[in-house]
Amino acid sequence: MPVTTLNGQQIHVNEEGFLTDPSEWDEALGTALGAQIGITLTDEHWNAIRFLRKDFEQLGETPTLRRVSTVGGIPIKTLFVLFPQKPAKKMAYVAGLPKPVGCV
Amino acid sequence: MTTTDASPAIVPNFDSEVGTGRKIAIICSKGNLDMAYPGLILANAALGEGAEVHLFFTFWGFDMINKKTMGDLKFTMLGNTATHMPQGLGGLPGMTAMATSKMKKSIADLDVPEVPEFLEQIVASGGHLWACRMSADMNHLTKEDLYDEVEDIISATDFIEKTEGAQLLFI
Repeated sequence: MPVTTLNGQQIHVNEEGFLTDPSEWDEALGTALGAQIGITLTDEHWNAIRFLRKDFEQLGETPTLRRVSTVGGIPIKTLFVLFPQKPAKKMAYVAGLPKPVGCV
Repeated sequence: MTTTDASPAIVPNFDSEVGTGRKIAIICSKGNLDMAYPGLILANAALGEGAEVHLFFTFWGFDMINKKTMGDLKFTMLGNTATHMPQGLGGLPGMTAMATSKMKKSIADLDVPEVPEFLEQIVASGGHLWACRMSADMNHLTKEDLYDEVEDIISATDFIEKTEGAQLLFI
């Protein structure tokens, strides 16, 4: 696995750039990851990202878009506005988590 | 900026040129519960990948968007050897209801929504729903009878026009 430096800190990532060790993540790094893909994180973005982190901590699995909407309470439409085109993957990337594996 | 030159960050290529402008057309022609899901799941996945998605409901696929039937699609063992059960069993009274509720439970256990809610999710994700003109006429149905988010009742020609250049899936 490649090691890369972002925001002055060394992080382990996979070949696509997703963090492989979620414990290397903090919110400052989240901000930097967002900037990497052209997203300036607002409070609304953080709502979603913090839900992802919390849910991953509890279940050990990145929540799907549907879960962020039904359990996290953020409408799918909003997620597509906050993280355009590929919300599930973009959220996971910014949150320092693996891509979600669920189909729906 | 935030990266050092020594080891540049690897950034996922979320907006690769290959991916932009991808368009997918899905024709849903079946009204059985088990045949409704493939189209919905693939549509949802395609939307999550940033593709433009159009679903066309035709013939029995109309049951997926008919307000009267969309929440009550059924699964039957009859004519389906993949259940690996004796075919005769499928014809017994109550078997279709039983098979349906079993399948619905397996789907719900995976946190996959029922058909109406799934359509809602697809529309919220930017998907387009179209109803087939001929199927509507055959069944004497109007837009009033259909799921509210169906954009219009259109002809096959209209659909082909709308989905020019799309990858097409017939289910």
